Amino acid sequence: MKATVTVMLKDGVLDPQGEAVRHALGTLGFDGVAGVRQGKVIELDLPDGTSEDTVNRMCETLLANTVIESYRIELE
Amino acid sequence: MKAAVIVFPGSNCDRDMAVAFERATGQAPAMVWHKDTDLPEGLDIVGVPGGFSFGDYLRCGAIAARAPICQALVAFAERGGHVLGVCNGFQVLTETGLLPGALMRNAGLRFVCRPQALEVATSNSVFTSGYAAGDEITVPIAHHDGNYTADIATLDRLKAEDRVAFRYVGNPNGSVNDIAGVLSENRRVLGMMPHPERAVDDRHGGTEGAAVFASLVSAMADA
Repeated sequence: MKATVTVMLKDGVLDPQGEAVRHALGTLGFDGVAGVRQGKVIELDLPDGTSEDTVNRMCETLLANTVIESYRIELE
Repeated sequence: MKAAVIVFPGSNCDRDMAVAFERATGQAPAMVWHKDTDLPEGLDIVGVPGGFSFGDYLRCGAIAARAPICQALVAFAERGGHVLGVCNGFQVLTETGLLPGALMRNAGLRFVCRPQALEVATSNSVFTSGYAAGDEITVPIAHHDGNYTADIATLDRLKAEDRVAFRYVGNPNGSVNDIAGVLSENRRVLGMMPHPERAVDDRHGGTEGAAVFASLVSAMADA
């Protein structure tokens, strides 16, 4: 089975990289981009039957820094 | 004073830190590899050096903080041991949870490498007792991810408990409240982005970081 973990900076945490991307899009003529947030996607190949709770613990202990980041898990 | 310096793959200030400890104590520190599970017996202080441990993969310091030696490091700190984390070492200490907050990408997005003026924010620690609060010193900075952040409650607590050790004079990276270094609740763990170990010899261009190590030696001698 596969799990996809999306890690994003929490709302309210300034994202200088996202802001730089937004600025670059404006420079390229893409007007009206109000905001860009940059995160990361982590794909995990897991043994079938791995529980969401296990993936949750992976996120809490390593994949995300919950001081500044939130995460979302999708299981397939 | 018995010191050790932890070495991760990608550490590059481990030697600088070892030299600074040796100058201050007259004794070479133990160099401890990240795969070791125990620290040497009888240590007074453990240094976590700068560099790019594990290539900064995932997040700066994230993988290093889960290395076997870091369990021993956390246990050492919880027993009241002293820990100094510089640059990547500071990032590692926040990732272990020994220090609050996190270090994010510099607000200007650029790697910043230059001499940096700092204000000593407190002299109430074994790392800063050799300075006076309000002293201005210059030590090098060299980082891409030194933008300190923490939630409001944490920042209020750091302020109320006098746990900001150093502040930037002229903020180079966007750190909240100009914070350059913070102390743990028991004041025995210091993490800082600037490099005091790179300012301990006239040939470094300055010696204003040496008091960090001298303060430690003096505190340990009194203990």
